[in-house]
Amino acid sequence: MGSTNPMKHTLVALVEDKPGVLTRMASLFRRRGFNIESIAVGHSELPSLSRMTIVVNGSANILEQVRKQLSKVVDVVKVIDVTGDNITVRELALIKVRATSATRSEIIEIADIFRANIVDVATDSLTIEITGDEDKVNSLLNLLRSFGIKEVARTGCIAMLRGSTTRAEEKKAKAADQGQGLV
Amino acid sequence: MKMTGAQIVCESLVKEGVEVIFGLPGGAVIPLYDTLPHYPQLRHVLVRHEQGAAHAADGYARVTGKVGVCFATSGPGATNLVTGIANAFLDSSPVVAITGQVARSFIGKDAFQETDITGITLPITKHNYLVMDVDVLATVIKQAFHLARTGRPGPVVIDIPRDIFMERTEFHYPDKVELPGYKPTLQGHPTQIKKAAKLLNEAERPLIIAGRGVNISRAYAELKQLAETAQIPVVTTLLGIGCFPESHVLSYGMVGMHGMVYANLAVNNADVILAVGMRFDDRVTGKISAFAPHARIIHIDIDPAEIGKNVRVDVPIVGDVKMVLQALNKLISPTTHTEWIRQLDAWRRERPSTEIRDSDSLLPQYVIRKIYEITKGEAIIVTGVGQHQMWAAQHYTYNKPNTLVSSGGLGAMGFGLPGALGAKVGCPDSIVWCIDGDGSFQMTIQELATIVQEQLAIKIAIINNGYLGMVRQWQELFYKGRYVATPLYCPDFVKIAEGYCLPGLRVERREEVVPAIEQAMAHPGPFLIDFKVEPEESVYPMIPPGATIAEILEEPKQKAKAISDSTKLRVSNI
Repeated sequence: MGSTNPMKHTLVALVEDKPGVLTRMASLFRRRGFNIESIAVGHSELPSLSRMTIVVNGSANILEQVRKQLSKVVDVVKVIDVTGDNITVRELALIKVRATSATRSEIIEIADIFRANIVDVATDSLTIEITGDEDKVNSLLNLLRSFGIKEVARTGCIAMLRGSTTRAEEKKAKAADQGQGLV
Repeated sequence: MKMTGAQIVCESLVKEGVEVIFGLPGGAVIPLYDTLPHYPQLRHVLVRHEQGAAHAADGYARVTGKVGVCFATSGPGATNLVTGIANAFLDSSPVVAITGQVARSFIGKDAFQETDITGITLPITKHNYLVMDVDVLATVIKQAFHLARTGRPGPVVIDIPRDIFMERTEFHYPDKVELPGYKPTLQGHPTQIKKAAKLLNEAERPLIIAGRGVNISRAYAELKQLAETAQIPVVTTLLGIGCFPESHVLSYGMVGMHGMVYANLAVNNADVILAVGMRFDDRVTGKISAFAPHARIIHIDIDPAEIGKNVRVDVPIVGDVKMVLQALNKLISPTTHTEWIRQLDAWRRERPSTEIRDSDSLLPQYVIRKIYEITKGEAIIVTGVGQHQMWAAQHYTYNKPNTLVSSGGLGAMGFGLPGALGAKVGCPDSIVWCIDGDGSFQMTIQELATIVQEQLAIKIAIINNGYLGMVRQWQELFYKGRYVATPLYCPDFVKIAEGYCLPGLRVERREEVVPAIEQAMAHPGPFLIDFKVEPEESVYPMIPPGATIAEILEEPKQKAKAISDSTKLRVSNI
């Protein structure tokens, strides 16, 4: 069995686009008192199926059990734990930061370094759109803090296995469901 | 042809081969009930409380292997089903519960008798549906039955708004279900099966722990073949009882908290354990870190989420028990384990666990033994939950599958009478005994009216000790004898029986036991016997919760001494 130390896990699920599927999944985490750090859902490449990325803190063996229980939800086609795998992770954040005529250009410069976009300009603020992994978004937020952050909205992470994903996903899901992930 | 939603429900049930429905009507389901008379092939059994409907459907499912069906109305009707649904969920029983809901335009407005039953039952169903479109109704019912009976069986709730029952649409019952997220693994992985066979073939002290999965999968013959070919002793869980004949020379009874000493010793000393269709419940394992310390464990289960959940497993095999055992049997070489079996027999001789002591008072164990002798072990025994349940498991010998029907996982008091009702409807030609406790019986006592109305010849044995006996036992052993809220005032059960118009007898002395049971058996209809047993009798053996086999409590020679000894035990939680 895996480690019992809590750590951040990223799960990717392919689910049927039906009412209640989110509740069913969230309920399995709630039952164990897990706090979901982020959850992001949207349409997938397949009609009537959505792909969901869940980031949650927990120990590996308990999460593996939750993952298997998630797989049992009838509307869930498959769930894989991609933590530690070769994955691309992205998050989008909108940051509204206080900006005066004196600070505006400095803020824009910082945004440029992060390849972030200015999406709204007002007399006393700028809204910045940034895409990247969690660390990148956090770094930008830290740099902007001194100017005064008025509002932040984050999408939560979405993740994808690198390489020929579908086959990798299939293989991983199948092995885990045979119980081989545990031996 | 266009049909109403109510007709579609009935037509679909007929297509699924449903013969009986347990239910109780109410406002939201009147349109459905109004359609029932047009379907005489669907027998409706009117219960007195919806909990009874769910338990009866569950009991029916357990003895027949078919899907049990229950109806209830919205709001309180649906919430009353909840205990029964949870019971079916924890014991993997195929049940489809159809509940009425307020009309679609009222949903979410706290309308009269509205509850979010799909929300409430979400964690206790295999799946559930709120039908918001009459066009999907037939498909939903098809899926519900498929889900309930396949894979790891379980309850499915279909919540149908009142106006859907009255709306009309074309009826087509689908031939196939399409559920991309639901594909139970049936065939075990060949590599894993090979590994399991190797372990078993090389084992010196192998043991099979058989659970309810063997009963569900009907893998009795395969299990027997495996045990006999390789001469492997078999123990069972509570819900596995009967899947392997208890009179068989290789049978070593039930394991766990109230299991036989020798069965638990077998687990403790085995070098290879084949766990079949069981889930290492804490009532089976006791202290998990001390469970089966010498054994390598092979675990066969259809549910991947059960693998590695509670104990470390060396060879997991996900699949249908019957199919996996068939494959495994091909790789098992005939052998003997004479020394190991001799050891088990010696333990059984030294600590027989089920001996009934000589006593002038009326002992509950004696009552159950006599029911066994008089029914020649041919009856279906349905129990409530508590001490009587454990005595029924220990002192009746079960040689046929699914002859002990009991609430294992949920431990729901009140299961006995409605469970027996369902079992008798499912197996009208079998003798059905409901062995219940005085506490458990009073939880669903109203179903006496149902069995009289339906003329179901159920024989009821109340093991009446005037206590919530199992809790009293824990208070005696682990709470220094402080009997808080366990002494139980009971009505005169014989007069209760009389009130419901069924014959009843009170038995207070040992010599009255046999004639009373014989009288009950000779009577053609339902019959109740109130056995006033020794009030402070306890269930032994007992491994205290969270303890190990080394700490097992056996029947004390002198009770007072046992109390003082047991207060020293370190006990964690109830």
